[in-house]
Amino acid sequence: MAGELEFEKPVVELRKKISELKEYMKNTDVDLTSEIDKLEARLQKLETEIYGNMKPWERVQIARHPNRPTTLEYISLLFTDFFECHGDRTFGDDEAIVGGIAKFHGYPITVIGHQRGKDTKENIRRNFGMPHPEGYRKALRLMKQAEKFRRPIISFIDTKGAYPGKAAEERGQSEAIARNLFEMAGLRVPVICVVIGEGGSGGALALGVGNYIHMLENSTYSVISPEGAAALLWKDSSLAKKAAETMKITAPDLKGLGIIDEIIPEVKGGAHKDLQQQAKYIDKILIDSMSKLQVLDEETLLNQRYEKYKRIGEFSFPTERIGVK
Amino acid sequence: MLKELFTKTKTKPKKYATIPSKAAKQDVPEGIMTKCPNCKKILYTKELNKNYKVCTQCEYHFQMNSAERINSFLDFESFRELDREMVSGNPLDFPGYEEKLEQDRKKTGLNEAVVTGIGTVKGYEAAIAIMDAHFRMGSMGSVVGEKITRAIEKADELSIPFIIFTASGGARMQEGVLSLMQMAKTSVALKRFSDHGGLIISVMTHPTTGGVSASFASLGDYNFAEPGALIGFAGRRIIEQTIREELPEDFQTAEFLLKQGQLDAVISRVDMKEKIAAILDIHQPGGTFEWQEN
Ligand SMILES: [Zn+2]
Repeated sequence: MAGELEFEKPVVELRKKISELKEYMKNTDVDLTSEIDKLEARLQKLETEIYGNMKPWERVQIARHPNRPTTLEYISLLFTDFFECHGDRTFGDDEAIVGGIAKFHGYPITVIGHQRGKDTKENIRRNFGMPHPEGYRKALRLMKQAEKFRRPIISFIDTKGAYPGKAAEERGQSEAIARNLFEMAGLRVPVICVVIGEGGSGGALALGVGNYIHMLENSTYSVISPEGAAALLWKDSSLAKKAAETMKITAPDLKGLGIIDEIIPEVKGGAHKDLQQQAKYIDKILIDSMSKLQVLDEETLLNQRYEKYKRIGEFSFPTERIGVK
Repeated sequence: MLKELFTKTKTKPKKYATIPSKAAKQDVPEGIMTKCPNCKKILYTKELNKNYKVCTQCEYHFQMNSAERINSFLDFESFRELDREMVSGNPLDFPGYEEKLEQDRKKTGLNEAVVTGIGTVKGYEAAIAIMDAHFRMGSMGSVVGEKITRAIEKADELSIPFIIFTASGGARMQEGVLSLMQMAKTSVALKRFSDHGGLIISVMTHPTTGGVSASFASLGDYNFAEPGALIGFAGRRIIEQTIREELPEDFQTAEFLLKQGQLDAVISRVDMKEKIAAILDIHQPGGTFEWQEN
C-alpha cells in the first residue's frame, strides 16, 4: 500500500513476509501454517506496540497523510441527502470550506467543514484547505440558517490555518474569524465539532466553538504548526519533532488539558487505512452527542457552551506574590 | 484640564502605583530630550509626555504602557483594579517559561500582559482592559484570557460598557493550545454581554496582531485604532513568503484598515478621551424624550 510512514515500516515488512509465505504455500505442498500463525501473532503484538503507543510526531504525520479522509468523504458516509450550499452572499465562494444541509439517521442537520484537496489540482482549487474570510462568512451564513430552522450543526475541522495572504487581510481575516467565535457562542441549536485532521490555530477555531469538541485519535490541534513553533522558539524549524512534543497538540494532550470532550478511536495505523470503519467510530460519538444535546433547552445549551470555554486555562492567585517587586 | 491631570499624577501618590519599566524607558529615555523615530525631531520629553506621548510635529504615537494609558485615559484616581494578583501557571511545563514570566514581572511591575478594572471616563463608568505590550509582547495566555473575561463579566453584572485597549503580538506560545482557546473564551463572554445589550468599544493600539486581532479586538460595537498602529492577522513576513510579492508600505496599518472598511475610525490619542466619552454619552440609558434647542 502506498503512503506508508517511516515508523510503521516494521509492521509493513512483517505483513509483506506473511503474505509471501501464504503465496508460497498456495503454490507448493509445504505446510507453513504454524509458521504463519506465529508470525501473525507477532504482527499483532508489533501493531499494538507501534500503533498503540504513537509519539506526537507520528500522529502529526498521520494527521497530514495525503490519503487522510476529508470532510466530504465523511459527509458521504455519515449523512444522507447532502445538499451543498455555496457562497457568502457578499464576495464569493471559498472552496476551502464546504457546507450544506443533510440528514443524520433521518434527522435534518447542517454540516460544515474545512475541505482539503485529494490531489494537486483539487488542492489548488481548495487552497489546500486554508480559508479566506469569505469561507468563514459562508460557514456563518449556513450556521445562522441552521439556527433559523432549528437544525443541529456538525462541524469538521481540518486545516493548517487561515490563509496568510494579502487579499485575506484586505477582506478582514481577523474580523471573519472573530465574528464566527462570537456568533457560534450564541447559536441556539446544538453545535458539535470534530477535529478530523489538523486543527491549525485561529483558522481551525473559527469553526470550533461548540457544545462538544471531539478529536480523532491521530488528529492535532495547536496554536501554531510544530515547524512554526520550532522556528519561533528555537530559531530552527528542523526541531519540529521536538516542538510537536513540547507544544502538546495531540488528542490525548488536549483531553488532559480539559479542552476536548472525547477522543474518537482510529483504525489501526490511521483513519486512511479503513474509511468505512472510521466513519462508524465517528457515527457512534455523533449519535451519543446528539442525544445528549437534543434534550437540553436553549438556555441550558448556551450555558453549557459558556461554561465549557470559561473553564479553559490555568492560573492562580498566590498571595505571597502580592507586593512583589 | 486633562494635561493638568497628567502632570499631577507625577507628584501625587498614585492609587495605581507602578514602577517605571525599563521598556518604557527605552521608548522615552528619562533624559530631557527625546528623538522622534519618525520625523527625527528632538522633543522635550516633558512636553512629549504632556502631549500623551504623541510627537508634536508629526503625530507619531510612541508606545504607552498600561499605567500611562490609565493615567491619560481615565479620570484621575478613578481606577480600581481587578484581579491584580492573578498569575500564570506553566500548563505545558514549558522549559524556561516561569523564568521569563518572572523577568517580565520584575521589568514591568505587572503580573501579566493586561490590566483590568473599573474606572470612569469623564464621569462615565466602564469596565476597562488595557493590554501592555511590555509584558511578554502582550501575548495572550490563560491569565490574559481570564482577566479579560472577568472584566467583561463585571461589565455585564454592573450593566456598564466594556472598553478594551489592545496591544499584542498574538498567542502566548508557551501556553500552546490553551492560549488559542482564550480567543474562544473571551469571544463567548463578549457574546453573552452583547446579547444583554452591553456596549463594547475596542481601541487597537500598536501592535494588535494574530489571535488578539482575530478575537476581542475585532468584536467591538465600535472598532477604533490609534494612528499608525500595526493591525493584522498574519505576520507581514509570512504573507510575503506565501504570496512571493512585496507588500505596500501601509499594509496592515490602522489607516489601511480604515480604507478597507475594517474600522469605524482612527482616533488620535490626544482626542481619545474626548471621543470615547462622547460615545459613552450617546449610550447612556435615556430618560424621557425632550427636544433640545441646538
Ligand atoms: Zn515626529
